Amino acid sequence: MSRINDVGGMVGFPAIVEEPDEPAFHADWEAHVVALNAALLRRGVYDLDEFRDAIERIPPREYLAASYYEKWFRAITTLLAEKGIATPEELAGA
Amino acid sequence: MSATHDATHDEAPIAARVRHVEALLEQRGWLAPGEVDERIDALAAGGSPANGAAIVARAWVDPGFRARLLADANTAIGELGLSMAGGLQEQQLIVVANGPDEHHVVVCTLCSCYPIALLGPSPGWYKSEAYRSRVVREPRAVLREFGLELPASTRITVWDASAESRYMVLPRRPAGTDDLDEGRLAALVTRKGLIGTAAV
Repeated sequence: MSRINDVGGMVGFPAIVEEPDEPAFHADWEAHVVALNAALLRRGVYDLDEFRDAIERIPPREYLAASYYEKWFRAITTLLAEKGIATPEELAGA
Repeated sequence: MSATHDATHDEAPIAARVRHVEALLEQRGWLAPGEVDERIDALAAGGSPANGAAIVARAWVDPGFRARLLADANTAIGELGLSMAGGLQEQQLIVVANGPDEHHVVVCTLCSCYPIALLGPSPGWYKSEAYRSRVVREPRAVLREFGLELPASTRITVWDASAESRYMVLPRRPAGTDDLDEGRLAALVTRKGLIGTAAV
């Protein structure tokens, strides 16, 4: 069964929106998420396939509601918890 | 259960949560102090659409380079001092050339695969579910929305990128540019042209 990320050919999505003069990142935290991910990949905490998988198994409703880099951050924290680097509570700052 | 912990719905704004995770990882030695900032600087200094434009301009003026580019892009771009190895591992670059009756357009239906090491981050629309879902079903209509009206006789090929294979379009050289040098030609090439949602 395909996951929600497999949208090729799916109908029902709205028009494509282009943003004029789009910056590489819309907020500092987005660049931090990309850099954090690169650092953890480089360190071998997880690999690129695991990272993609962690994005692709976000439940459909939340996958569609999240922004691009929100999905990345969610995947990173999911993997950090699953790899035993930190508990979900620690990651959430609880 | 940890795997289903819903981090995106936590109370704190995401910027604060990212800072918190970064600090936690530094504290535990999973990140070196300043490592994230160094990576951010490296990202900013990395790929850019200007690299793609330089490749296209060279291919327009040098038929030998064009042939080498289409045969083995990873090796050919080395002639311009460029490389696909800026990321963690070198990914294959495949360059597809538009022709009088053929147009190419690139997508990643599953996520957002893109030659970032060479061209920098992809535009937001490239990552959107709207583009990813629609361009494979109705490319002609999608290209029209981007302002690119192709004759009905033009064959459109949609390339679906993957983690291992990344694509770049080689647009056609515009008419009336015979007098332009390589630098001026490169200035004509846009990021959308390199993805295939613009003619050049």
